[in-house]
Amino acid sequence: MGVLVHKDFTFIVQGITGREALNFTRECLEYGSKIVGGVTPGRGGREVYGVPVYDTVREITTTRKVDGSVVTVPLAFAPDAAFEAVDAGIRLIVIITEGIPRRDAAAIIEYADLRGARVIGPNCLGIIVPDVCRFGSLGGPAVDCRKAFKPGVVGVMSRSGGMTTEICNALSTAGLGESTAISIGGDPVIGSTYAELMPLFEADADTKAIVIYSEPGGTAEAELARWAKENKSRLPIVAFVAGRFMDDMPGMSFGHAGTVVETKVDSPADKIRRMREAGIAVADEIGDIPRLVKDRIEAAAARG
Amino acid sequence: MAMFIRVDIEDDVVRKTPGLAKKLVEVCPVNIFKLGSAEGTAETVEENVDECTLCDLCMQASPEGVRVVKLYES
Amino acid sequence: MRFYESEAKKLLAKHGIAPVPGKLAINAADAERIASELGGAVVLKAQVISPAAFKAGAVRTAANASEAKQAADALLRLDDGGRRPQGILVEQRIAGACSIAFTYDGTRKRPVMAASTSAGSIERIADEHPDRVVRRHFSALLPFSDYLAKELVNALGWKGAESTALTPVVSRLAQLFLKYDLTQLEVTLGKLDDGKLAAVDCRADMEVEGRRRQKAVLEELGIRVDDSRAVREPTPFEVEAAKIDVEDPRGVAGPVVEFDGNIGLVIGAGGGSLTLTDAVRRHGGRPANYAALGGNPSVKKAARLTKLILSKPGVEKIAVMSNVVSNTRADLVARGVIKAVTELGFKPAEKIAIFRVPGAWEADAFKILEKYGVEYCDRTVSISEAAKRAVDKIGKIGR
Repeated sequence: MGVLVHKDFTFIVQGITGREALNFTRECLEYGSKIVGGVTPGRGGREVYGVPVYDTVREITTTRKVDGSVVTVPLAFAPDAAFEAVDAGIRLIVIITEGIPRRDAAAIIEYADLRGARVIGPNCLGIIVPDVCRFGSLGGPAVDCRKAFKPGVVGVMSRSGGMTTEICNALSTAGLGESTAISIGGDPVIGSTYAELMPLFEADADTKAIVIYSEPGGTAEAELARWAKENKSRLPIVAFVAGRFMDDMPGMSFGHAGTVVETKVDSPADKIRRMREAGIAVADEIGDIPRLVKDRIEAAAARG
Repeated sequence: MAMFIRVDIEDDVVRKTPGLAKKLVEVCPVNIFKLGSAEGTAETVEENVDECTLCDLCMQASPEGVRVVKLYES
Repeated sequence: MRFYESEAKKLLAKHGIAPVPGKLAINAADAERIASELGGAVVLKAQVISPAAFKAGAVRTAANASEAKQAADALLRLDDGGRRPQGILVEQRIAGACSIAFTYDGTRKRPVMAASTSAGSIERIADEHPDRVVRRHFSALLPFSDYLAKELVNALGWKGAESTALTPVVSRLAQLFLKYDLTQLEVTLGKLDDGKLAAVDCRADMEVEGRRRQKAVLEELGIRVDDSRAVREPTPFEVEAAKIDVEDPRGVAGPVVEFDGNIGLVIGAGGGSLTLTDAVRRHGGRPANYAALGGNPSVKKAARLTKLILSKPGVEKIAVMSNVVSNTRADLVARGVIKAVTELGFKPAEKIAIFRVPGAWEADAFKILEKYGVEYCDRTVSISEAAKRAVDKIGKIGR
C-alpha cells in the first residue's frame, strides 16, 4: 500500500539529460521504478539508461499511461515544464528545481488545482514507498536507499530532503519502517502541505503513525495543528522542529530559501507550542523520534 | 603533499600507446594528469591527487600503465 | 530583499500612486530646508532596513523646520546593521485612512490582500483586532481583475466616491505586487487636502529568487546587482566563506554562522545544519561557529572551510557531522577535514571530536578515519547521540 505511488506507477523525468537527473534516473531504475520516458527539448530520439528521450511531454502521454512526472529542469524553464506536464494530463508532479519564485509556484499550483493534478514541492526530493516505488531523487544510490528506507508503518513528511533520509533511516533502524516518505519541499509556497496529505495517510491501512520534520518559517505547522484539532485522526503524529537556536537570532536566513524567520509568529517555539496544544508529540531530540512513535502507536492500540 | 591517494604511472607502458597520455589527461574528472615533458608521457598534478574520486577511468584507459593506490589502506 | 521606503514609493509612483508631499534629505540641513518648504508638521523617516534600526526608532515627528533639523541629526546616527541610513525621508504629516497589505498565504497557496481602516501595521491589527481586517485571496495565474479590489474595498465599508477612488489604487498595488515578485507589500494611504489618496507609509520586499528577472526595475531604482540588502553587513568570516564557495564550484559551502562557544562545527547543509546545531546546544555544548557543506564538495573545499572554522580564536575542537548523505561523499569530506587539521599542525585524533557522516562512500571514509585514529560513528548512531559524544569530549557550558 502506501500513498500517492504504487508498484505499477509510471512516470517521466523532465530534464532527464541533466547531470543530477541522469544520476537519479539510474538510481530509480535500479530501485525498480517504472520510468517510461524522459523529456529534454532538442534531445528527442536519444536514450538514457534505456529510457527514450522526447522533445515534448505530449509525445509520451498520447501513446501510453503516465501517472507522474519529475520536474528537474533549470530554474528558468521550470514553470513552463510544470505547466506542460499538467496540460498533458499528468496528475502527480514532483518539482525538484530549487529557487522558483513564489509567484510562479503559486501559479503552477493553481493551474494544477484547476486540472485536478497534485504538485509535490518545489524544492523537494520526491516520494518513496519502500521496496515498491521511488519517485524522485530521495535516498541516493539504490543500495544506500534500501539501507535507509524499509517497508513499515510510519508515514513521513519532511520539509528538508536530506533530513527525510535521516529520519527514515532512524525509523528503519528502530524496526518501524515507513509506509511512505514524502519530501514536501522547503519553500514558503508548496503544492502539498502536511495537513493536505494527512487524509491520504488516514486512508492507508499500512500507516499507523506520522512523523513530520519542520523548519523555521511558513505556516504549515499551524495548519497541521488546526487540522489535528478539527479531525479526530486515528494516526498519532510525532513532530520534530529544527532550528530552535534561531529563536535567539530573528531575521537571519539559513540553508533553504524557505527557512527565513520573517515574523515572530512563525518562530520554532510558537510552532512547538501550537502543535503540542493540538495533541501532537514534539520530540526534543531527533533521536527520540522512534521511541515516541512506538509509545504513541502502543497507546493508540490500547485505546482500540 | 598528497595524503590519501598515490597515482603511479608506468612511463614505458604509457609511451608505447600513441595518444594514451592525452587520454589520461582527458578522462580524469579532477585533473590529476598533465602531459609530461618527455614525448608521449603523462605526469601527475600533485595538488590534485587527493581529489581523486576513485572513478577508475584512468585505470580503465590503461590497466597496465596506471595504478591508483589508496594510501589509507596500506 | 527589503526596499528603502523612498525606493518603494518610487515604485508606487511609477504606477500612478503618488506619495504624500515630501523629499529625501541627505543631511540635517537638507532636512531643515525640506521641512520649511513643506511648512507645518513633518514626519522624518531614516532610510534603514534592519529590524534593529526600526526598533531603535527610525521615525520621528517635528512641529517645525528647526525641530526637523535636530531630529534628522539624531536619525542619521542610527546604526542600520553596520551601515548608516541612506538619507532621511521628510514628509508632510498626514493621517492614515486605511492600510493595505499583500503577501502569499502558504496555506491557501495564493496571493492574499488584507485591508483595515485602523492605524498601524496590518499584522498587529490582525493579531489584536482580527475583526478589523478584511481579506481577499487572488490569483497568481490569471491577470488581476478590478472587481477583486472592489470587493475588498466594499468589505472595508467604504462607499460612494471614496470607494471608487480606492478601488483602482488597490488594483494597481495588487498588480505591482505580482509584477515585481514582491513577497510583502504594505501601504498606508492618507487623504490629501484635495481629497486624493496618497501613500503615507510603504514597506516592500522583493523575493531574492525574483531578482534575476527584475533587473530592469532594480537598475531603474539604482540598486546594484551586488547589493544584497542583508539585514546586516556580512562579517569577515562570512565574506571568506563566500569566497571559498565561489572559487571552487564543486559542492556548496555555506551558510556559515558564528556563535561564541568553543566547538567548531563542519556540518551537513539545509535541515541537517539546523538539527545538528540544536543537538549540540541541547547537550550543553557551545558552538563557536558552523560551516555547512552541501552537494558534493571537493577535498580542497572541505579543507578550506575546515581551516576557516578552526581559524576562529577559542575553537578547541571540531565536530564533523551530517544527516545520512546521498550526494555528498563521506570519504571526500573525511579527506578534506583531516588534511586541514594536519596542515594546521594539529593531530586529527585530538582535534576532531567526532566524525558522523554516514552514507555515500562511508566504507572508504571509515578506513581513512581509522588510519588517523579519529572517532567516528555510522548511521546506527543518531544525530543526538553523536552531538552528545562531541560535547562530552569538548566540555559543556560552565565548565
